[in-house]
Amino acid sequence: MARITASVYTSHVPAIGAALDLGKANEPYWQKVFSGYNFSKQWMKDHRPDVIFLVYNDHATAFSLEMIPTFAIGTAAEYAPADEGWGPRPVPKVVGHPVLASHIAQSVIQDDFDLTIVNRMDVDHGLTVPLSLMCGTQDPATGAWPCPVIPFAVNVVQYPVPSGRRCFMLGQAIRRAVQRFDEPLNVHIWGTGGMSHQLQGPRAGLINREWDNQFLDELIASPAQLAQRPHVDYVREAGSEGIELVMWLIARGAMADVAGGPAPRVAHRFYHVPASNTAVGHLILEEQS
Amino acid sequence: MPLDKPYLDIPGTTIFDAEQSRKGYWLNQFCMSLMKSVNRERFKADERAYLDEWPMNEEQKLAVLARDLNRCMAAGGNIYFLAKIGATDGLSFQQMAGSMTGMTEDEYRDMMVGGGRSIEGNRHIGEDGSAQAYRQPQGRAGSL
Repeated sequence: MARITASVYTSHVPAIGAALDLGKANEPYWQKVFSGYNFSKQWMKDHRPDVIFLVYNDHATAFSLEMIPTFAIGTAAEYAPADEGWGPRPVPKVVGHPVLASHIAQSVIQDDFDLTIVNRMDVDHGLTVPLSLMCGTQDPATGAWPCPVIPFAVNVVQYPVPSGRRCFMLGQAIRRAVQRFDEPLNVHIWGTGGMSHQLQGPRAGLINREWDNQFLDELIASPAQLAQRPHVDYVREAGSEGIELVMWLIARGAMADVAGGPAPRVAHRFYHVPASNTAVGHLILEEQS
Repeated sequence: MPLDKPYLDIPGTTIFDAEQSRKGYWLNQFCMSLMKSVNRERFKADERAYLDEWPMNEEQKLAVLARDLNRCMAAGGNIYFLAKIGATDGLSFQQMAGSMTGMTEDEYRDMMVGGGRSIEGNRHIGEDGSAQAYRQPQGRAGSL
């Protein structure tokens, strides 16, 4: 059967993609950000998954206000990097895993989560920046990401976004779905976005270092308690766009300890302010079994 | 029974909820059209004429022409959609976010490098933090 062996959490700031794409990665400002991912790039080589289940949000790219799915799973064979207005990022196309994605969709919907199934969409920086951070830069033509990716888009643009509790339960349903898959696949689940940031209004630029680090502590040690936190806490304490952090609870809910197994091992933890407007947080949790 | 909106007492912050989304539907869809380069070119060639093709209200059009993102937000805009205008103008997210504070680009960048805006005094309307209404604008952008 397929199994989830690790979860990865990271911010997905668009300026990180721009810094990589424009060759600014060695500037001191950006070195401080990228230094937190040197471990992670080696770790990805040493723990190469067969599939990445990548939880992210679309930023008014594939989904305008015409349709706003709360949870959307990509079941396509491939996804093109989107033109978000600055031109598409020069990164390889993202190869999907339609067989596992369709299986997860069916299982999770039978588990009472009403997913939207997407067979055609472009993917924006929310999905490609985490891949660049974890896998290193790849030539758009001759390079490739290390494995297929299942995009899982969460609405965090129009309020109300799904609650932390709902996201945490969804992660548990995704775990069950993966375990019901017959092939012996090694699956990583990634939760992306955050940490504290606000991109709008006179409060733009908000950063809450203390709150972010407590979030990381609780995500590791007491995620069920963290999942009870209401929306308004995220918005008030971590900024209007800090609400993206609910997506991390989907990945965390898929870990073994939530289903009664052993606690995961913290392989890596990193926190840095700022990348553009945002606090960058990053965790790697490995299953112990 | 009215909807619960506990986020209305956060200073300097507009939450893009169903009501804002309804108000801003055409403003945001106009922004979305700027994802296509042919539309960006048409908009840049004659902004007013391009805006007049959309069923936006006059306040929304004037807010876009003035590039006043706080006004756009009040008129129902969402920052991820409004970012398409910034992309058309060649601005980064940091430049766009900073423009809503009254700070110059340098002032805002320095604040971020210094650890960002503090949460203290900025949780609830009526406190004394930098995002409170009585402390706007925060920088010298308007005086340059």
